[in-house]
Amino acid sequence: MSYFSNIFNGIKTLLTGMSITGKYFLNSRKGAITQQYPDNRDTLKMFDRFRGEVIMPHDENNEHACTGCQKCEIACPNGTIEIIWDRGIDEYTGKNKKKIDKFVYHLSMCTMCGLCIDVCPTDAIKWGQNFENSVYDRTALTRVLNKPGSKLRPGVED
Amino acid sequence: MQESATLNNSFKSEEYFINMGPQHPATHGVLRLLLTIDGEIIKKVEPDLGYIHRSIEKMCERDSYQQIVHLTDRMDYLSSHINNEAVCLTVENALELEIPDRVKVIRTIIGELTRIASHCLWWGVMGMDVGALTTYFYGFRDREMINDIFEETCGARLTMNYNVPGGLMWDIHPNFIKRVKDFVAHFKTKIPEYNKLLTGNIIFQKRTKGVGVLSKEDAISFGVSGPVARGSGYSCDVRKYHPYSALDKVTFNEVLEADGDTFARYNVRIRELWESLSIIEQLIDNIPDGEHRVKTNAVIKLPKGEFYQKVETARGELGVYIISTGTKNPYRMKFRSPGFSNLSALNHMAVGGKIGDLVATMATLDLVIPDIDR
Ligand code: SF4
Ligand code: SF4
Repeated sequence: MSYFSNIFNGIKTLLTGMSITGKYFLNSRKGAITQQYPDNRDTLKMFDRFRGEVIMPHDENNEHACTGCQKCEIACPNGTIEIIWDRGIDEYTGKNKKKIDKFVYHLSMCTMCGLCIDVCPTDAIKWGQNFENSVYDRTALTRVLNKPGSKLRPGVED
Repeated sequence: MQESATLNNSFKSEEYFINMGPQHPATHGVLRLLLTIDGEIIKKVEPDLGYIHRSIEKMCERDSYQQIVHLTDRMDYLSSHINNEAVCLTVENALELEIPDRVKVIRTIIGELTRIASHCLWWGVMGMDVGALTTYFYGFRDREMINDIFEETCGARLTMNYNVPGGLMWDIHPNFIKRVKDFVAHFKTKIPEYNKLLTGNIIFQKRTKGVGVLSKEDAISFGVSGPVARGSGYSCDVRKYHPYSALDKVTFNEVLEADGDTFARYNVRIRELWESLSIIEQLIDNIPDGEHRVKTNAVIKLPKGEFYQKVETARGELGVYIISTGTKNPYRMKFRSPGFSNLSALNHMAVGGKIGDLVATMATLDLVIPDIDR
């Protein structure tokens, strides 16, 4: 007798499980979480805080807020940021001041820890939402974040 | 006469070695198991470690205390928030920093969400290991909601690095509370589905009941912790015995199962999902106002001495041990990772079973290899 009840119970548990999968099969359009990437590129919006890469925003006058204090370079755990700096006369104040020549960012080494952005006293760098960073050559991931010809926004002091 | 003797000998089985891994789907990472088997009966399992060793402990000696936090993301990446919390708690205790209640509550909520996410992934993979592919998709579907919560508030889905010594990197996102409530309501309807789909399934029960038994005494002597130890009836939840952050303000039950087999360990994790949900529900409506971070010095120097803190990750007890000589780097940093001790019991549990049983046993150990190798 227990032989048959075993078979019966076995089939019952299988059918209970199948009722779940069957329910999802019939309602497959509801609650689907897959996204049609990359077809949805135009509408895809990442969250504001998403850490894709470090960027340096420039305003319309091609000015940024980086004073070249190098705090981010010291805070970075793996040498991702290299600041090549120089001294020069500031055209607004007339003082001899430190300024950045190149803000080199090696995206290939960045662990997205956020310490650089956290320490920056002038909020000169922030998170960018771009995540499509696959390239054929690693050197393409080394970027200079300050745009050519850009300079420090007047009034920014660290 | 002689002929029949050779015939008999040729039917005698012989022990032989076989490699499982380092690239084997059931080892969940680059773990190599050296199996000594006789036919399909396992005689001995020798884990061979080190394939993903990145010398995290040594790197910590070079880094400042803020920088150490992000390395612990890469140990047990499924409990990254809890690992970060462990380091931050150690540093904060050493500095005798007073942490605002808001930080404590948020840390606990995100910690429990991490635990649920980790158990969801484990449940999916567990089903897949014993041959039920569907569970994988359902587990990942629910984990996806948690990952979205993390992405919105912490900025990353897996290696979150949201804790800093002294608090949290940012305050929670305005949508956080609503999203968490939505998730709790959603997930409450899903756990019964998990049970219907897999727990009650006759094939699954036959594959797991009485397989990979670990007695309570053995669990203690191997030093296993977390759901593996609790599946053997050994009460060892760090959240109960040494509550940290806001865990002393909530009530929850420590989940214990007596049998010590694969099914018991499975049940512990499923029942822990309910407990984690209940912890989140108790906290989510009363997150206190206040600062999300207290100011620390830009260069953190710990006082001279030794500091230890343990937390309960999704896999068990994680201990962080710092020896400081008063400089800005630790003199020595040691992590007591749960996976390493849990793996040590594998040989004991698997001997005498079949290879298929080994896979089922390993699935309930819930190994994360970077956590073992560090
Ligand atoms: S980005 Fe910020 S921290 Fe880095 S050098 Fe510029 S101002 Fe200093
Ligand atoms: S996010 Fe971290 S690793 Fe990347 S550049 Fe900033 S400090 Fe360095």
